[in-house]
Amino acid sequence: MAQNKVYAVPNIISPNTPVIFNPDICDGCNTCVEVCQVDVFIPNPEEGKPPIILHPDECWYGGCCVNHCPRPGAISFNWPVQQRAYWKDKATGNVFRA
Amino acid sequence: MTKWHDFLEKDGKAPPWPYPIRYDQEREIETDVLVIGGGIAGCWAAISAARNGVRVALVEKGDTIRSGAGGPGCDHWCNAPANPLSNVDPDEWAQHMTDIMYPNGIGTQIQCRENYDTLLELEQIGGKIRDTDDEYKGAIGRDDKSKFMISPRYTRVHSYIPGTIKPKTFKSNPDQKLNNVVIRVWGTTFKPALKKECKRLGVEIFDRVMVTGLLTEGGVQGARVIGATGFSNRTGEFMVFKSKAAVLSTAGNYSLYMLNTELSGYNTFRSRNMTGDGVAMAWRAGAELTLMERTNPLMLGTGFKHTWYGGAGDASYENVPLVDANGKKLPWPTQGWADAGAMRPTPDVMEKIIKGVQTGEYALPFYGDFPGMPDIERKVTWNLMLGEESTTKNITHSYEEAGFNPDKHLLQNYNFIEGNSLPQWRNATGGGPVIDWDLKTTLDGLYVAGEQTFSYGDHSYAAATGRYAGRKAAAYSQQINVGKMSQEQVTLEKARIYAPIKRTDGVDWKELQAGIARTMQYFCSEYKTERLLKMGLDSLKDIEERHVPALYALDPHKLMRSIEDLSILTHGQIVLHASLARRASSQILNFFRIDYPEVDPPDWNKFVTVKLEKNKVKTGELPLNYWGDMKANYEAHNKDYEGVYKVK
Repeated sequence: MAQNKVYAVPNIISPNTPVIFNPDICDGCNTCVEVCQVDVFIPNPEEGKPPIILHPDECWYGGCCVNHCPRPGAISFNWPVQQRAYWKDKATGNVFRA
Repeated sequence: MTKWHDFLEKDGKAPPWPYPIRYDQEREIETDVLVIGGGIAGCWAAISAARNGVRVALVEKGDTIRSGAGGPGCDHWCNAPANPLSNVDPDEWAQHMTDIMYPNGIGTQIQCRENYDTLLELEQIGGKIRDTDDEYKGAIGRDDKSKFMISPRYTRVHSYIPGTIKPKTFKSNPDQKLNNVVIRVWGTTFKPALKKECKRLGVEIFDRVMVTGLLTEGGVQGARVIGATGFSNRTGEFMVFKSKAAVLSTAGNYSLYMLNTELSGYNTFRSRNMTGDGVAMAWRAGAELTLMERTNPLMLGTGFKHTWYGGAGDASYENVPLVDANGKKLPWPTQGWADAGAMRPTPDVMEKIIKGVQTGEYALPFYGDFPGMPDIERKVTWNLMLGEESTTKNITHSYEEAGFNPDKHLLQNYNFIEGNSLPQWRNATGGGPVIDWDLKTTLDGLYVAGEQTFSYGDHSYAAATGRYAGRKAAAYSQQINVGKMSQEQVTLEKARIYAPIKRTDGVDWKELQAGIARTMQYFCSEYKTERLLKMGLDSLKDIEERHVPALYALDPHKLMRSIEDLSILTHGQIVLHASLARRASSQILNFFRIDYPEVDPPDWNKFVTVKLEKNKVKTGELPLNYWGDMKANYEAHNKDYEGVYKVK
């Protein structure tokens, strides 16, 4: 968690979190690090922990990290807000957004 | 703790680079056939060369297991007229598919003759190509005996662009049965199977290595290609590959005109890894290139269709009817059985739709009416076609996880409300080295496959041409010795590659790419004149002389992106030179010169070529159909080839 100390850091790259890891399921096998075309991730320095998202701005949303993950639920997509898609219930006409 | 700034907050410092740094180390690799680019074309080239009994090294910027445009998946095996359910003759189909200006007749003939053989080999190594689990029994196009699933694509209508290829009656299909030349496939299974087969055959795979330049005999431009240089984009280690033949199977360039990663991620049709390196290195080595003036507007998607067909692909895919916001059916083709695979409205129908939108006859937004489809067709489209195609598997998953159910929900379509991409945002693909019937370039020892064959191609095109180039390169390598390398050429390339790591400030790769892209937008896009094009060359020269020497990279990954920028810069220069050389406009090349407004004048219906000779640009030309009789020449060059077609 953020501590009391505040660092001077540049603006965070946006989008910054193309995927979300579930640390309870992810065992740090780094399969996603290997299958990503563009090397969005690097292994976590601490063994067994989820990888670090180092190049989120290069994410192509190719999906291999999620599709290839041997532990379902360990990694899931987190689409940028502007790309959340819409759909509509045919019977009620209610519109939904992801 | 998965974002780098988490570490900053926790430890007061950024995480360390996770791989060993080896900028000062050099490795030499000797092989018979060097394959550059490990996508679909490259993997097939490697497999085919290895099966012909030679040593093969495969070099890939990502990891071969999922790299390339077809790495995540593929749903259509297009132009497979040799398949047993096809009703047209492969040679007649190939001829028909090249009945359009500026095709690649050689690549198309190879695809039509050999891609069904390729598909069967793919099945042998673990790719799923049939409905063996009987998931889609009863679907139109499913053959119960072979369990092949035929797609409605090209069953009657043969083009993405209405009117560019007219439907015809084939001599081989006089009764006008459905053509049945496109097979639905489970493409997410393909790439891992290809990598596994490469390994089984002993192909030496170099993942996360970028090839930067070709080595020529004695270091002479235009001489035989005898290897390549590269470096690891994780460790920075330098590599010298010595080979008897090389296959260039890299991608086109989707980054030449555009960089905008903020807010949406790397939002072009292809990933950042595809930066035109192959064309740039072939150019520097002296290969003759053609169709380099061909660029087309990028279609950027919205919704979950991050990088796909203009945002429409998701809700207007095979057999999905489009309806307006009130449920009224639109006269928009469904790429389905009802309209024989038509993909876009014809111009007059499009005008009717636009007018309907403006007058309120058709209420926005539009929707894909999945619930309105027959159950089995909906299942095929959602689970098989969208579930197996390139980057769309994660999209269907995301929808489902968010609660979308195709049985009862309409999927929103973004046509009209997202607007059109600017004509200044373009891709640069469809050009490449001039080739002969061996897929050999004008340089001895250099072969090409896939997108490098001045073609847009598709998955099965890449596979079939890769497989073909691998076999031809292997045959060449068996009759020639290792060439004489020039140490000076290696030294110069090494200095070029490592310059950015010697600096810690200046211009980073993103700033440089955006600068190059802006030059191309201004001077070589919608409006072209000799003055603008020359200003473009001056502008790129200024970038090369003033800003490239300031390029800096903090780690091997950013070094790769920086060197890719140099490929992009060179690619831009080639496009400008080629654009100056074509002094006419062309509809099919999406190429319009204000100073030469006549569209496709007969005198200019030819391939314009460009190449470097002693570092000076030399232009030339080749007649359309320079490859001659496709069937006769294919057969003359492949007398020993045993394919399904011959025994059919």
